[in-house]
Order: sequence, then structure tokens, then C-alpha cells
Amino acid sequence: MSLSKEEIARYSRQLILPEIGVAGQERLRRGSVLLVGAGGLGSPAALYLAAAGVGTLGVIDPESVAVSNLHRQILHASGDVGRAKILSAAERLQAINPGLTVRAIQARLSADNARAHVEAYDLVVDGSDNFSTRYLANDACVLSGKPLVHGAAVAFGGQVMTILPRRSACFRCVFPEPPRAGGIPSCQEAGVLGSVVGVVGTLMAHEAIKILTGAGETLHDRLLVFEGRQSRFREVPVRRDAACAVCGDAPTIRELTTIDEPTCREEELWPGGK
Amino acid sequence: MAITVRVPTPLQRLTNGQGEVACEGKTVNELLADLERRYPGVKERLCDADGKLRRFVNVFVNEEDIRFLQGDQTAVKDGDEVSIIPAIAGG
Repeated sequence: MSLSKEEIARYSRQLILPEIGVAGQERLRRGSVLLVGAGGLGSPAALYLAAAGVGTLGVIDPESVAVSNLHRQILHASGDVGRAKILSAAERLQAINPGLTVRAIQARLSADNARAHVEAYDLVVDGSDNFSTRYLANDACVLSGKPLVHGAAVAFGGQVMTILPRRSACFRCVFPEPPRAGGIPSCQEAGVLGSVVGVVGTLMAHEAIKILTGAGETLHDRLLVFEGRQSRFREVPVRRDAACAVCGDAPTIRELTTIDEPTCREEELWPGGK
Repeated sequence: MAITVRVPTPLQRLTNGQGEVACEGKTVNELLADLERRYPGVKERLCDADGKLRRFVNVFVNEEDIRFLQGDQTAVKDGDEVSIIPAIAGG
């Protein structure tokens, strides 16, 4: 189905890019992305994907908006404090682009539901805020063969990488295990600057758009690191690990299991786990 | 000349906000010991009680992951660049 006049007008500035064009725009409209988390990373990622015309956006997040979210979670407004994040997210995304289908899922990604959610979309953008969800999203995407855009941020820095399951390094290939489990609650947040999650979350949307359209080359087998204090990007090559527990030659993870959160001790040592 | 160690953002508060510091050593292990002497507290964040690198911390020597070299016995020399990159989860 070709683009409508309204769509041609709306997307004209990206349509004239030869890497996008009508074909790319139609791929975006047919495309679907699951955003894990409607927080600091998920906000800019979702806003840009909605504005770019990605046809179906799923947003999964169990939490409600807190006033301390507002300095960075730009999907939500002051009047949304106390409301479910997925509601303010869905409203904001539909306001930007009424032509989209937005699926608002108030839940935590879990070992029981992850594969069903992941398999309903073309790719996953993981902007969650804890290690257990990150490893779960990675494992679900590898097992389901769905591309995953991983991004994380803390304080003044962040990381981004794109994972093409069984073709490029997965999160576990790079970081085989999360910080040790223990499950003691009430770990404190380490702090983060809103502009830092903005940089990382925007890059995540950028990767998703490239995966959907085929434009450019994706950030696979490379870990891009943003050092915000110095405003410096650097990258390190990463590679598939034949011994990887989920995508290696003899995987030990064949189905999803719940991964416990790190202990508070680990949290103190490594701020940013939650 | 020394070895440049790139310190990840969560540990920069231990290095007075510096993203790169100069250290010395013949192996990654020695380099991390020198890093600890200069900036106490760094090593326990990178290594477990047995002194082994934690599984969510990666060290790259000139952009090669030391897990695919000789681990913490990987040789380093003046002019090398060593990056420490932990998994982070915040979002």
C-alpha cells in the first residue's frame, strides 16, 4: 500500500533521504518495535520511533510515574505523576503520531511472558533499568531470533550495542553473567543526567530505524561507549563467544529463567544496577 | 611513557573525575594493582575476593578483549591503551 498524501507531507524530510525513500517509509509503517521500559532511555527512543512513523509500538513497563522521573523521562509530564507510565507514554506517542498503533502493556518482562511479547514484534529496544530484565531481554531475543538494541546509562555515561541473534555478539557474549544475585530490595539509584539518557536513548531509536529500513550499517559486534564527562564516544569491537551460555555452540540456556537482582553490596560497588 | 587506562564512568569518582589515567605494569594484573595503588578502591570493584576479574567487567587491551588473549596475564607495554568496560543496567 503506497503512502498517503498526509504521510508524504509528514515524512517528507526523511523520505528524500535516498537511504529511506518510499520503500523505507513503508518498511517503518509495517514495522513493529517492543520498547522494554518507558523510562529515561525508552522515552527518547519511543518518541523518535513514533515520530519516524514506525507502525506499531509496544511499550511494556510495570511502574507509575514518580516526580523524580521527570528530569529525564520525557514521555511523561508533571500531571502524570502517579499514573501508569504506559498510559502517559501511549497518550504522548499517539499525540505525536495518531496513525500509529500503540500497545500499552502494564507488566514487568518476566521469564513467563518474555518470549510471547518479544515474538509479537520485529525487534526489541531494551531501555530497562535492571540487570535481571536486561539478561532476560537478551536471552528471549536470542531464543526467538529477534534483533535487540541494547542501551544502558548511569551517571554521566552509557553504552549501546545492537544484537543480531546468532550472527553477532549478544549481551551475554560480552558480559557473561550479571552481578551476583541476592535480591535484597531498596537499593538506591546511583543518579543520572537526563541529557545522558537522551543521547543513549536517541541512539537506540537510530539503531531500530536502521534495522527496520536496512539503511546504513547497524552497531553490531561493536560496543559504543559514551563518556559524558568528556563528551567522548569510543567503541570496542566485541564478538560472539563460542562458549556463550545462550548463543554459543553448546548453550546451557535453552529456556528462560528468572535472574535475581544484584545485592545491595554489589550496588554500592557498581552504581547503576537499578 | 606509561599505559593509558580508560576508566568507566561509574568509577570516575574514584579517579577524581578523570576518564583516562596513566599506570604501569607488565601484565593486566600488574596494571590493575598499580591502578589500585594510585586510586584505592578500584580493584575490589573490578575483581572478586579471589582477585579474578568479575564476570560483568571486561578489559580491553588496544581494543582486544583480554578474555580472548591471556586474561589478566595478558602482556601490556608502554603506549598501550587499556579500557575497562563494565556492564551497566540503568535506564
